[in-house]
Amino acid sequence: MTATRRLPGARVVALVAALAVLVGVAVVSVGIGAHAIAPAEVVRALLDHDGSSDHVVVRDIRVPRAFLAVGAGAALAVAGVLVQVLSRNPLAEPGVLGVTAGAGFAITVGSALGATASAAGELVLAVLGAVVAAVLVYSVGRRSPLRLVLTGVALSSVLAGVSLGLRLVLPDVFDEYRFWSVGSLAGREQSPTTLPLLAIALAVAGALLLSRQLNAVALGDTVAHTLGANVARVRITTLVLTTVLAGAATAVAGPILFVGLIVPHLARRMAGGSVPWLVVYATVLGPVLLLLADIGSRVLLPTGEVPVAIVTAFLGGPVLIWAVRRYAAAEL
Amino acid sequence: MSALVLRRGPVSVRVERRTLVLVAAMAVVILGLGFLGLSYGATWANPAKVFAALTGSGGGSGVVIREWRLPRVLACLVFGAALGVAGAIFQNVTRNPMGSPDVIGLDAGAYTGALVAITLLSGTSAQLTTASVLGGVLAAAAVYLLSSGGGLSGLRLVVIGIAVNAILTAVNSWIVLRAELEVAIAAVGWSAGSLNGIDWDDVRIPFAVLAVLLVLLVLRSHAVHQDALGREVAVTTGVGVDRLRLWLVLIGVGCTATVTAVAGPIAFIALAAPQIGRRLARAPGVPLLPAALTGAVLLQGADLLAQVLLAPVALPVGVVSTAIGGCYLIWLLTKEVRRA
Repeated sequence: MTATRRLPGARVVALVAALAVLVGVAVVSVGIGAHAIAPAEVVRALLDHDGSSDHVVVRDIRVPRAFLAVGAGAALAVAGVLVQVLSRNPLAEPGVLGVTAGAGFAITVGSALGATASAAGELVLAVLGAVVAAVLVYSVGRRSPLRLVLTGVALSSVLAGVSLGLRLVLPDVFDEYRFWSVGSLAGREQSPTTLPLLAIALAVAGALLLSRQLNAVALGDTVAHTLGANVARVRITTLVLTTVLAGAATAVAGPILFVGLIVPHLARRMAGGSVPWLVVYATVLGPVLLLLADIGSRVLLPTGEVPVAIVTAFLGGPVLIWAVRRYAAAEL
Repeated sequence: MSALVLRRGPVSVRVERRTLVLVAAMAVVILGLGFLGLSYGATWANPAKVFAALTGSGGGSGVVIREWRLPRVLACLVFGAALGVAGAIFQNVTRNPMGSPDVIGLDAGAYTGALVAITLLSGTSAQLTTASVLGGVLAAAAVYLLSSGGGLSGLRLVVIGIAVNAILTAVNSWIVLRAELEVAIAAVGWSAGSLNGIDWDDVRIPFAVLAVLLVLLVLRSHAVHQDALGREVAVTTGVGVDRLRLWLVLIGVGCTATVTAVAGPIAFIALAAPQIGRRLARAPGVPLLPAALTGAVLLQGADLLAQVLLAPVALPVGVVSTAIGGCYLIWLLTKEVRRA
């Protein structure tokens, strides 16, 4: 927060620029796929739908998928910001901490038992799984940032192993979850996603409302008390919002790691130490990152698709290394 | 605790009694599990049949046991021992129970090498082994260089290794998805670490390589145990610590990579075996022999479990070892929290 103090005007300009990038990336992402569609045609399909096959593809497959990417990206990024600010740990992230793995595991078990018939059931399960995983990882690893990461990774791998076993035993139950289970946006366009997306929108709005008080809590408990923030309540609300965001994103797109780690580090410089701005930027940049990763997932193979979680892992690994090295002297 | 000292000319070996008892007990467990592994399968073979098969007779079931089950059981034992040794080496060098090759991305690196050999070259056994050793060495070098400045020890190296592991795992999945269908099917079989369908042709070269590596290690085992007592003690007793550690790391990477070339990345054996062995032997540092024996027991046990658990479906052994080993890692972290 030393040299990055900026005028409010500069932040607004950066926000507008980020929004412009988001729109551009979204249009490109709708155009790219097994069958390429020119940007002009994409815009025409949205504004002046004439029922041609291109327009149907755009409307019924590509646009819903882009919405999924925007929702999941915003959710994961904002969850990352909340966890990092709350734990004062630059390595924290719902994916790395095993929270998304917990949500994914809950959905897997739920479908094995036949409990995920509705989108609401899926969402409730995901949030429950996220809560359990968060409590478990936090209670084991709370003493140091690195230990927290280790616990999360260990829990993720256990849950991933058990999920894989379950999927091998009940292949027909998990047929529709084939792409979802590795973290992908493919094949989920047709499933009902209004509810999770609505939950994400509400939780992001809640995070924005909460962010001023979180700003105070980020300065330390004593300062926060002096500034009149109810520290305990802010903490609990933040945790609830984080698990809802991570759970809903997982219900939509499967376990995706590292988005919540990368985006806050990108946004921190632009936000200049202000938590409300950090949340705003994360809401815009998270979707940009996930849309880009999703485009990558469609372009990287001549045939078929790479699950988007693989692309984000490839991008996120270097960021994790950078963060460990960058913060090593100061905090770890 | 009393120790036995055997001397013959210039060679002297000092063995703790407890270690001897442990070795004997482990040998019994290994024989028992190995026998179970030979008996278990689509049809259950009774002990008489197994003995008949091992002596070369026994008809159809004898062929099944000798050609299918025996190489698999031997592979489990040898590979498990190799993974245990590799884990012990790395945990000694990093002085951290979590600094084992599977956690810090060496398995993934070796697997990348093997995948490149399969997709770009013809993928013979020798090529696979060479490429996966190269991949493992490169991954080790990357982790070491990236964590330089913070020292080898500490959680920093482990977390950087986890990041490298994540990147390499992503690359591996991408290679498998890009590959042609037959290659991809072959590769997916061991992407989680699996011994399904292993036969004599698969294991000859790896067994030879591992034997050489283990002999090299045994020749240096005295220095290794000096090193475990601490740098100062090791240097004053005439051990060239830096060169020794370089050798050890190369041997450890060699062991991990050779196993990965055949069976894919089998996670967590290298993590858990040395620590369990150490507790059983109540030895200082992370001793090599108990680690090797425990590794063999763990891998054979995990492989049996993988075959039995969901009976008609043969799980990849890596799935079982990951699920068990991850729990163990969490327990390890909890215990450190309580002690701290």
